[in-house]
Amino acid sequence: MNEPLVVVGNGMAATRLVDELTRAAPSRYDVTVIGNEPRVAYNRVLLSSLLAQEIDPEALELKPPAWWSERRIETRCGRAVVSIDRCDRVLTLADGIRLPYSKLVLATGSLPIRLPKPGMSLPGVLTFRDMADVEAMQDAMRPGARAIVIGGGLLGIEAAYGLAKSGVGVTLVHLVDRLMERQLDARAAALLKSAIERKGIEVLLEADTARIVGDEKATGLELTDGRVLQADFVVCAVGIRPQARLARDAGLEVGRGIVVDDGLATSDPNIYGIGECAEHRGIVYGLVQPAYEQAKVLAQRLAGDHTARYMGSAVATNLKVSGVDVFSAGEFLESPTADILTLEDEGERIYRKLVMRDSKLTGAVLFGDTADASWYLDLIRSGADISRLRDVLAFGPALAQAA
Amino acid sequence: MNALASPPIVRTTCPYCGVGCGVEARPDGHGGATIAGDPTHPANFGGLCSKGSALGETLGLETRLLYPFAFGARTTWDAALDHVASGLARIIEQHGPDAVAFYLSGQLLTEDYYVANKLMKGFIGSANVDTNSRLCMASSVAGHRLAFGSDTVPCCYEDLDEADLLVLVGSNAAWCHPVLYRRMLRARQERGARIVTIDVRGTATTEGADLALTIRPGMDAVLFCGLLVHIAEAGAVDRDYVAAHTEGFDAALEQARRIAPSLCTVAEKCGVSAAEVGAFFELWRETTRVVTCYSQGVNQSWQGTDKVASIIACHLATGRIGPVGAGPFSLTGQPNAMGGREVGGLANQLAAHMGFSEEERDRVARFWGSPRIAEREGLTAVALFDAIARGDVKALWVMGTNPAVSLPRADDVRRALSRLELLVVSDNVATTDTISSGAHVLLPAAAWSEKDGTVTNSERRISRQRAFMPRPGEVMPDWWALSEVARRMGFGACFDYSGPAAIFREHAALSAFENDGTRDFDLSGLADTSDADYDALEPIQWPVRGDTPQGQKRLFGDGHFFTSSGRARFGRIAEPALAVAPSPRFPLVLNTGRTRDQWHTMTRTGLSPRLGSHTVEPFVAVNPEDAARSGATNGGYARVTTAQGSVVLRVVVTAAEPKGRLFAPIHWNDETAGSARVGALVHAVVDPMSKQPDSKTVPASLEPMSYRAQGFVLARRRSKLPGDTIWAWRAIEGGYVAQVATNEAFTRLLDAMSAASPSAEAVTYLDRSHETYRAAMISQGRVDAVLYLGRHANVPSWETLASAWGSTQLDRAARRFLLAGRAVGGDVDVSPTICACFGVTSRAIRSVIAEGACTPDMIGDRLKAGTNCGTCVPELNRMIAAHAAAGEQMPRARRLEAGTARPASQ
Repeated sequence: MNEPLVVVGNGMAATRLVDELTRAAPSRYDVTVIGNEPRVAYNRVLLSSLLAQEIDPEALELKPPAWWSERRIETRCGRAVVSIDRCDRVLTLADGIRLPYSKLVLATGSLPIRLPKPGMSLPGVLTFRDMADVEAMQDAMRPGARAIVIGGGLLGIEAAYGLAKSGVGVTLVHLVDRLMERQLDARAAALLKSAIERKGIEVLLEADTARIVGDEKATGLELTDGRVLQADFVVCAVGIRPQARLARDAGLEVGRGIVVDDGLATSDPNIYGIGECAEHRGIVYGLVQPAYEQAKVLAQRLAGDHTARYMGSAVATNLKVSGVDVFSAGEFLESPTADILTLEDEGERIYRKLVMRDSKLTGAVLFGDTADASWYLDLIRSGADISRLRDVLAFGPALAQAA
Repeated sequence: MNALASPPIVRTTCPYCGVGCGVEARPDGHGGATIAGDPTHPANFGGLCSKGSALGETLGLETRLLYPFAFGARTTWDAALDHVASGLARIIEQHGPDAVAFYLSGQLLTEDYYVANKLMKGFIGSANVDTNSRLCMASSVAGHRLAFGSDTVPCCYEDLDEADLLVLVGSNAAWCHPVLYRRMLRARQERGARIVTIDVRGTATTEGADLALTIRPGMDAVLFCGLLVHIAEAGAVDRDYVAAHTEGFDAALEQARRIAPSLCTVAEKCGVSAAEVGAFFELWRETTRVVTCYSQGVNQSWQGTDKVASIIACHLATGRIGPVGAGPFSLTGQPNAMGGREVGGLANQLAAHMGFSEEERDRVARFWGSPRIAEREGLTAVALFDAIARGDVKALWVMGTNPAVSLPRADDVRRALSRLELLVVSDNVATTDTISSGAHVLLPAAAWSEKDGTVTNSERRISRQRAFMPRPGEVMPDWWALSEVARRMGFGACFDYSGPAAIFREHAALSAFENDGTRDFDLSGLADTSDADYDALEPIQWPVRGDTPQGQKRLFGDGHFFTSSGRARFGRIAEPALAVAPSPRFPLVLNTGRTRDQWHTMTRTGLSPRLGSHTVEPFVAVNPEDAARSGATNGGYARVTTAQGSVVLRVVVTAAEPKGRLFAPIHWNDETAGSARVGALVHAVVDPMSKQPDSKTVPASLEPMSYRAQGFVLARRRSKLPGDTIWAWRAIEGGYVAQVATNEAFTRLLDAMSAASPSAEAVTYLDRSHETYRAAMISQGRVDAVLYLGRHANVPSWETLASAWGSTQLDRAARRFLLAGRAVGGDVDVSPTICACFGVTSRAIRSVIAEGACTPDMIGDRLKAGTNCGTCVPELNRMIAAHAAAGEQMPRARRLEAGTARPASQ
């Protein structure tokens, strides 16, 4: 009998952890994965593509069922964990089953935020987080239908695009004066706005939702300026919140998310946290790539490498809207101390902005052509001295390597 | 194929300098032509210089004026001519004939010139006809007329072949008369002729000389007075010749002794060593066959006539005028300045080498049937524009020249032009500084390749310019426009020409009219030339009389001159001096002149990429010591200021420019450059006899200039760049490039470029902290314009863009790297990115699939593609499937390709 390792949550972080761990320490643990979604882990990132009907549902599969069984991973789908008994190292599931663990990994992910406005709980107000949300939207989508998407961030834009592509008339309402304001400067945001407008999406900026209109179900949305927008349904895509209730109830230290150290351990050394539920060095990541990096470090730890440390991620954002390539990483705003390069091709609708400090690349925004994104991301992450590259930096690695 | 398809060769004459080379033009039927030297033409025997050789690159219609315009709007010829005729008539009616004037050009054909001169002097009744030749060789004309009683060039080009000593005074023949210069080099090679140059600076000609005297500006006449004294003291005066054929020798010698009493005085005044002066004097004295060639360095002086007289005096004193291989030889600057002189197209001549005496006026009036012949000399160029500024002259018709660039005090000229009640410009280009000075009527003139008529070169040789291209748009010859205006003014009967041949016959007949050997210019032998003979006319040197039907190579061999006494006259020469001495404020002396490959205001040569590459922009040459004193640096910019105006030029520091002097080329103007109209610097001091301006010795100051940003602009069409910006266009393949220096914001230049390419898409690259600003305008996939600005050392050369510039459809890579500032060669992968997380391109993925990767995981192992967010995994699967499908369809072909397509390594 091996050490029992239980992973709560069956998402992308959990899957990557299992993958890494079964490679690093193939038979050290008896692994159980418990998920409250009624299906094995799937690629959540592709939900936008699924909504846009660019791929089939099968394409979301991360690992085939045989992959799990070959590795003797016990998967329990559609099961919620209700409590953790840290003294006895036992979990209690919703159906009353108690499950002992030696090591516990919390990879519970996050929940979509609904705005605290009247009417948000009416039927016809949807979110965009999981397969069930996509199915709900697919049920509501009819050609000629009208939808309002609240939120001009990554998720909102992807939802709006997926809906518009299916013939739904979409209005995207966004609170601030530009789209993806946490990732894009004004120029890139303006290019993005016109690009998604060309996809048939109406974009309302500086549009503050007052309430959802409707009695039995949502029939529209009223803005604080009094404008009322009609819609058959509303998608609220204003952000996510770490799902940390279980940890909090178990008395673990929780900030915005479950607080973990560089070894991904929570305040209980036998309990770990990775993915969107975790808060590392005060940062809660909402992207898959930090989760994967955390999964890798944790797998090393669990395999016995106590030197493995997670130092945080330099995150990058890629918008997944077909034909609208957007990338953002690190700093992107003008400031008196930032040293900035821009390259723009009006006709090709290509824009690049690179932010430097002290001969290091500290940020990049790419619009329209993201081919060189990973090169920039590597430069940001490595903190390499770019003085020698500066003159060709904006033109990408093809030229830099020739230089 | 079809031998008949070979287009006919048309024999014509080069439109540039006064050498007058024969040209063979072979039109290609697509608006261009192949140009070669005419091996049968006695001026060049097949040779051409760089400018002539590049004539084929200057035939485009891009800059041409193709239709008449009035007050900025296109109009019909009828309306335009009506406007000109009625305007002239009204002003003559109100203010008299002297209130109108024509300002002509050494680039007009003799026939055009003749009709213009006849209309003004014989029918309007004023002699206000002057020409840009006033700026070029008026001092030669004055010197000739004083000495010979006629404007006669005694020598011919064969004399250059036959001479043992060739002296070049104020002439950079290697650049300005290259075909003649090559002839001189041949004489040196074949018969050991020696070449001596007398110039104020180092040039390509002085470099190749056996003896080069670099004299102080304005001191040419000191040197030749010294030579006369030397000749006299050495007993080398041809006493018999002087006694038989000249007058005024003693007075001239006495004056020469005052000016140049000794070798030491000459050396001191000229700033040359006594040894060099002595060597020159002895060489000249000892060499019977000596030709003294002179050009603008002599003519463009307030004492130009004296300089000519001092040269001629030495030839007269030794009888070295008339025989083979000896004589004073004015090398003319323009293709048909000589033709203009023959018809009398100068304000101080009447016609056909006749002046304003009662007898001459009566003779010409009878010949023309004039209702009103000009009574006195008219206004010469500088005086004419002064009169315009005063408002005395109210109507001006400019033909084929650009006085707003070329005249002294060119800024004042611009202002004067804008005051005219009627400014008519006949030109073949649509925009010039003169046109932009407020022209009311624009008349589209035939250009070189469309012209039909005659020109006369420096050796009195009349050659045909023949049209070899159809006239585009509504372009017409100048003689036609003049005749039509004459007809509208009521003189139709006397201007009813069937064509240039008819005008030529009349011109020849006037030269013969009551001549009887009294006038050197006599074409009596050509007065009955039929239209067919005119078409076939071979180059011929005047005079062409009944007794010399084949023309005449040399004149004055018989010792007979055209003065009243029949004797040549020694001129009276004033003490040589600068017109205006340098001062603390303007301590340097500015010389102006030509570069090798440009011609005048560049309307034609400025279109040729080949010619644009020799001297790429306007410059000021300065001695290293003067540069250091002023703070100017080689390659930097400097403001050259005179009492008349200022320009900003690129600084060329060179020891070829003596201390205390500057040199700047004349070619650039407001159409082609930002601040390089050197005419604006020149003072309006003129020679009292010739009225030629003193263009080469203007006191000036030099002040270094710095600009916030420098760089270049590439453009398909020339435009004016805004604000405090220095620029100069030069032709390159497919457009123009300008080196730029500016204090303006990048956005201001960008806005100007956008305005010039309204439908283009902008690409911009900004690196503010490094002050690097670049932009390209792209129109339908082709680069329309490019702007690179930055700190000087930061700006790459425009040549890095040559390949993209030459492309009619930019590919993805070329467009992407347009502003990268370096030539991007080789194989750059710009295929679409499939994996955004790791930046993996479709080309990279296809290549690993082709090498056997058949699952996304296998691709991921090789390239990491698909191993992060996984978004691209479906795309990877599609690519794998597509590869498999293609492989099934043509496995055999692929195998063959793989087995055979790889070339052996080298």
